[in-house]
Amino acid sequence: MKKFLALALALAMSCGLMSGCGSSDDGGSTDGDKVVKIGVFEPASGDSASGGKKEMLGMQYAQSETPTVEIGGETYTVELVYADNGSDTSKAPTAATQLTSEGVSVILGSYGSGVSMAAGPIFRDAGIPAMGVTCTNPNVTAGNDFYFRICFLDPFQGTILANFAKDKFAAQKAYLLGEQGNEYDQGLITFFEQAFTAAGGEVIKDSFPKNNSDFTSYLNKAKSEGADVIFTPVSIAYATQIVSQAANLGIEIPFLGSDTLDDNKVVEAAKGTNVQLYVSTFYQEGGNPEFDAGIKEYINANADAKTANGGDDTISAVTAMGYDAYHVALEALKAAGSTDPAAVQEALWGASYDGVSGHIAFDDTNGDAVRDTAYIKVCDTATGSWKLEKSQTA
Amino acid sequence: MEYAISVLLSGISVGGQYALIAIGYTLVYGILRLINFAHGDVFMVAGLIGIYLSASGIPLYLTLALAIILTVILGFTIERVAYKPLRSAPRMSVMISAIGVSYLLQNTATFVTGGQPMNYVKVPALSKMVSIGGASTSMVTVITPVLVLALVLALVMLINHTKVGMAMRAVAKDFETSQLMGIKINNVISMTFIIGSALAALGSILYFTNYPYITPAAGAMPGLKAFVAAVFGGIGSIPGAVIGAFIIGICENVIKALPFEGATTFVDAFTFALLIVVLVVKPTGLFGEKATEKV
Amino acid sequence: MIQKKKVSRETLLCLVGAVAALVIVTVLENTIGPSGQLFIVLKKGAVYSLAAVSLNLLNGFTGLFSLGHAGFMLLGAYTYAILTVPVSAKDAVYYLFGGSAVKFSLPDIFYGIFGSEGAGGMAALTLGVLLAIILGGLVAAFFAYLIGLPVLRLKSDYLAIATLGFAEIIRAIFQWQALGPVTNGANMITQIPTFSSFNIRLGSGKTLYLATFFPFLILILCLVVIVMLINSSYGRAFKAIREDEVAAEAMGINLARHKRLSFCISSFFAGISGALFAMYASNAQAMVYTSTMTYEILLIVVIGGIGSVSGSVLATFLYVACSEWWLRGLDMGKFLGIQSGLFRSGFRMVVFSVVIMIVVLFFRRGIMGDKEFTDLLFRRRKKQKAKEAAK
Repeated sequence: MKKFLALALALAMSCGLMSGCGSSDDGGSTDGDKVVKIGVFEPASGDSASGGKKEMLGMQYAQSETPTVEIGGETYTVELVYADNGSDTSKAPTAATQLTSEGVSVILGSYGSGVSMAAGPIFRDAGIPAMGVTCTNPNVTAGNDFYFRICFLDPFQGTILANFAKDKFAAQKAYLLGEQGNEYDQGLITFFEQAFTAAGGEVIKDSFPKNNSDFTSYLNKAKSEGADVIFTPVSIAYATQIVSQAANLGIEIPFLGSDTLDDNKVVEAAKGTNVQLYVSTFYQEGGNPEFDAGIKEYINANADAKTANGGDDTISAVTAMGYDAYHVALEALKAAGSTDPAAVQEALWGASYDGVSGHIAFDDTNGDAVRDTAYIKVCDTATGSWKLEKSQTA
Repeated sequence: MEYAISVLLSGISVGGQYALIAIGYTLVYGILRLINFAHGDVFMVAGLIGIYLSASGIPLYLTLALAIILTVILGFTIERVAYKPLRSAPRMSVMISAIGVSYLLQNTATFVTGGQPMNYVKVPALSKMVSIGGASTSMVTVITPVLVLALVLALVMLINHTKVGMAMRAVAKDFETSQLMGIKINNVISMTFIIGSALAALGSILYFTNYPYITPAAGAMPGLKAFVAAVFGGIGSIPGAVIGAFIIGICENVIKALPFEGATTFVDAFTFALLIVVLVVKPTGLFGEKATEKV
Repeated sequence: MIQKKKVSRETLLCLVGAVAALVIVTVLENTIGPSGQLFIVLKKGAVYSLAAVSLNLLNGFTGLFSLGHAGFMLLGAYTYAILTVPVSAKDAVYYLFGGSAVKFSLPDIFYGIFGSEGAGGMAALTLGVLLAIILGGLVAAFFAYLIGLPVLRLKSDYLAIATLGFAEIIRAIFQWQALGPVTNGANMITQIPTFSSFNIRLGSGKTLYLATFFPFLILILCLVVIVMLINSSYGRAFKAIREDEVAAEAMGINLARHKRLSFCISSFFAGISGALFAMYASNAQAMVYTSTMTYEILLIVVIGGIGSVSGSVLATFLYVACSEWWLRGLDMGKFLGIQSGLFRSGFRMVVFSVVIMIVVLFFRRGIMGDKEFTDLLFRRRKKQKAKEAAK
């Protein structure tokens, strides 16, 4: 009996493996229409699921608005192919391969730099260009000709925030708190520290272990050390904890956050409290009224979209970035005049597009977006919404 | 001074919440010799149940009571489904089953919440701010240690002076003999799971009032720390688990507050280092009984 | 005599199977192209197989319940990555720390000897990578030795929780920013040689794909060593310890020494699988090697059958293929042609964990129990022989 079970399983496995190869190449035409596939490499589960879903929302809205594209004189229907990278660098390679094996022309994503860095070599080996939407770590595109990105980088963001701390609060002492072992947090903290100490400031750095939820001692430490600002470039789940605990402790020191904190869950935590929260981000609501109105309507009309957006219609910057990424991909496809990934990769270097988050074009060295502006928003805790503080250039 | 008090207060508060989870571990381990890896996740699910109940419009205090009842049912079911069939299997199988349950609970929580951090219900009586020695803290911090002490007293009474308690002690001492003596082992085991889950649910109310956002992994670390506390205090001993939990909670917060850079990197590492030192130097923990190896 | 002949036949069969597996994956990859999901699953399967078998060596064959496996994999992965980042890429990889404290790179050293072009370059790369992998294993084994000194005296679940604790401590140390110039702190170490570095560019735009061949080769070499070990007198001593420590000691087996040996060997192979994992993932980052990874590998061992090498290997491939490939449809709204609102992200893992629970509860002995493939194939013949002998 055992033997049969084992043999049957082995057989099933080999059959599965074979069938898997057979069905891997069925791109092309359905119902006579030409189809171009765009891969979406985003986390739908794990730590960054919340952000990944909002980013996908932007792409889905863009697709619903512009479902076709003219490539080489023919009209192609755009199909989005999703792969969930689970916010986990060890799961990212298989998710990435899922996309490369489905014959996509270009890949968008991911939210979170770690997974993008893990998938980069796979996209490069497969010869399919990828476009990072909000992965800000410099190493995503460095040394990889197939990875582009449309957002600013961490050195820029860290500097912007350090300058802002200096300008707005005349801060002398900053308390920097990030997750231990998270390259996003620690990278930004280092860049912030560099800029801040260069301007004559002093910093205290701390990191908390993964899955930590008690931040009161850290916050009390910042208070007793007399910090003028607290910089917490952490992921959404931690940010919500930090903000709500700071509110409980009555911390009046202003908080500075990075693009991850631009999320309605964080606003929800800050609502009705005295926490001062500033974040740097890619797009501010109200920047493009037409887009704002359109996507709000889309979110409100679609229950799934609303759940993905965290239950309300506040527009996250990542959603706007997802929207822009989709359009840049279409521009590149048009310019390439073909759905061949190699041609799209060639075309991406020269692609440019005026998106809702500003003008997008890539530099010649790494394929990073040329951006010199970040928006700094302040949380209006009375109404629970973001207000534009200023747009800051480096 | 104010800072020192605030650190101590957070330590006591976290320690008390660990204690409530640790009791569940220590009871189950005492009887089944099983590290119930799923216990931390039961704690997390208890929090989620509270959120979903209150979202459905049930009044607050009824929500909390219902959450405790549902968590108890969950704990009971887990024992019946995942551990009972393995009663005669090697201990490793049961432990693996516990890991499997933990995996299942976390994945289900991810599916249900969609990966979003969920905001816990506000319990005004608990989250009210009070000031102690100049340091402001929430009411939970004051209530937790009192509640823990009261519960420990009640539990010790239960174990030492009631029939169920006597049965529990007997089963912990010798599984097979107590069965021969007519003790309904399955009932006793269910009872320990019921007590453990109820305490975990209670702990979750206190814990998530302080740290109100719940993610699917929210139970893993408190669970592991509580287990370390149980080992530290001497597994099987309830007062031991509670004292161990307070020591770990306070040490943890003191380390977080240490002024030199890099100290905070080792908050969790410290907990485990403590565990290893205890295991090597005094494997029975502070108050544990020495088990003799039977050949 | 008969006994000996049969053993050699089993060995022969295993070797033929191994060579066949190597040939099949290489031919497949070169005929249908390397971009299919099949190959990434095969690669990950090969890496995880080694991890599972090494854990099985400890848990299944020696009866030492360790949960520190991810920690040893981490050591292997970092050793490999630190030693193989090309010197030219160090500044970019260690950009937060102004370059690495480790000024050399093993493949670069061999490039210096053999040249970096053509066959010489390939030989240099292979040597450098292999050396780094083996060093990864040795570092893991060394740490296992140190950790084993105090910890191996503990019994069953105390040992489990202590090793789990050590894995967490190791991870914290590697994430410490102060060690950044060596470990790159929180950042991942990238640009290391990966499996696809072994693809050979032939002339005329063609490529010989060896990216799946390489991990399979290492896996098979390691399996040969492990199986030989299990069938040696050491292996029998390990099994005796598993069955009954007191009895084993009474038989004259040095408990402490054999436990330590088993722990170090298991960690050695865990280190190698960690190095392979770094190659597979094309980076090394401490965040990945959490207790969740250990649990995953442990579940694989259980599904395959505790105490069966071939079971662990088979279970790994099934596990990886199911969790990262076949069941993906459950997340995407469509599975086997069925469409349902239940099928949204996260559902795959729910179904998957239910399946695991069913295996753990109802098929407690796993796919293979403690049998091997060869046992299954030769069992009937053995029975016949026994009958004949009885006559």
